[in-house]
Amino acid sequence: MIRDITLGQYFPGNSKVHKLDARTKIIATIMFIVELFIVNNFYGFALATATMFMIIKVSKVPVRFMVKGLKPIFIIIIFTFVINVFMVDGTILFHWKFITISYEGLYRAFFMAARLILLILGSSILTLTTKPLSLTDGIEKLLRPLNKIGLPSHEIAMMMTIALRFIPTLLEETDKIMKAQQARGADFESGSVIHRAKSLIPILVPLFISAFRIAQDLAMAMEARCYKGGKGRTRMNEIKFTRSDIYASVFLAAFLAMIIGTRYI
Amino acid sequence: MSIEVKNINHIYAEGLPFETVALNDISFNIDDGKFVGIIGHTGSGKSTLLQHLNGLLKPKSGSITVDGVDITAPGKKMTEIRKKVGLVFQYPEYQLFEETVEKDVAFGPKNLGMQGEELEATVKEAIELVGLDFEEIKERSPFDLSGGQKRRVAIAGVIAMKPKILILDEPTAGLDPKAHRELLSTIKKLHKNEKLTILFVSHNMDDIMEMADSVMVLENGTLVMNDSPERVFSRWEELEKIGLNVPQITELMKKLEKKDSSIEGNVFDMEKAASIIKNYINSKESKAQND
Repeated sequence: MIRDITLGQYFPGNSKVHKLDARTKIIATIMFIVELFIVNNFYGFALATATMFMIIKVSKVPVRFMVKGLKPIFIIIIFTFVINVFMVDGTILFHWKFITISYEGLYRAFFMAARLILLILGSSILTLTTKPLSLTDGIEKLLRPLNKIGLPSHEIAMMMTIALRFIPTLLEETDKIMKAQQARGADFESGSVIHRAKSLIPILVPLFISAFRIAQDLAMAMEARCYKGGKGRTRMNEIKFTRSDIYASVFLAAFLAMIIGTRYI
Repeated sequence: MSIEVKNINHIYAEGLPFETVALNDISFNIDDGKFVGIIGHTGSGKSTLLQHLNGLLKPKSGSITVDGVDITAPGKKMTEIRKKVGLVFQYPEYQLFEETVEKDVAFGPKNLGMQGEELEATVKEAIELVGLDFEEIKERSPFDLSGGQKRRVAIAGVIAMKPKILILDEPTAGLDPKAHRELLSTIKKLHKNEKLTILFVSHNMDDIMEMADSVMVLENGTLVMNDSPERVFSRWEELEKIGLNVPQITELMKKLEKKDSSIEGNVFDMEKAASIIKNYINSKESKAQND
């Protein structure tokens, strides 16, 4: 059940998108997100959707798998939709007692939902096609110029790497503890809100203890191998900006320009 | 309280690239009061199988009947099943969470609706059954105990639910030799005195040989052998091929048999092995004298 969360997961593959430099993908994703907020009509979204599906097609990640990743945030999308439908004033389409639906409201609701879905699908391409390690490598390289103003880019990247690395471990640990407590007759699904909150204690206490134990072991293992931070540290796999990165950048820049261009239709 | 498993299958991450078949068409019966050993190397599906037996996982197909009740039927009340089948996970001490040992052991029975004096008596009984001193330990924090004691407390937490079937997943992993021996004798006592049906996963073939009435061997999610320990361990070559071994004394005798085929290799206890070796030496000596 807990293993079904696909958000932020890596999908193993060997496509052109997988092989791109992490920096290219990070910048492209940021641009894509910014551009989603610049767009002010559905033509822009249509073009953005088309671009996105083209990239998904090249990346060979099954669309079904990506859509599954939307499930956990489905409630947020519905919530935004409903709020917009009922709260925006304008030309009235439908009126019954205190419920009013306006044309503008409906338009805004669809617009916001489309933006949210694109936002999530678009950014999940990044995590699906980039190994967590190369992702943090990319972030470290991108942040390096900020070292001059005292930002410890290596340490930040290391923290992110460790956090990402231990998400599956902690999920597995949670799963194990939940099962162990269920085997002792614990029930997490029924009862009042207070009862359910209380029933989390038998999971959270062992989970915290496990997390501290894991952290301590990791710190010890890193020290045993003489880890001392970023200074003078080299990498086994240097990330390289290749020709295909240039092509991808040009291609994406063209599409993003077109998408922004839809503002002026 | 018998267990009847019929053609169960289980697949992890179905439809994804990391899909794995964890259980493949497994069927077996376990009679009331038996002590069953389960062996198989890491990832062979042991833990997945155990979790099916008390309803934590549902099979994709097939049925599991415990004491005449089909636990795979939809809408079955899980607490009923967990009352019958107690499952002790690997490293069960990681599930301890309460402030005192007494409260922690009481967690299970309390979930089943026990309270008051009955609860107190049950907790006391369970703690004593695992060989700990109730009065001495009840007010202590479970986190201050030694590794072996923690494990006993965790097992007591399952026993306190008064199951008729007790499943233990590598209960002695990571314990020192003394704690290992003590825990085994506790399990033996539970089997003998409390008449529990026991399923016992272990990588220690000597323990399996010593305690089990029958042995199940799992490999890649398939049940490849299900027989008496003597018969299973006499198939040494097959076991070795799937990464398992036999009790140490059997291994020694099999090696001797290879050197001289007049020595019987299928020997599973120390006494018999000793007498075979002694006879062999005697016969050699008398032969030498006759020459």
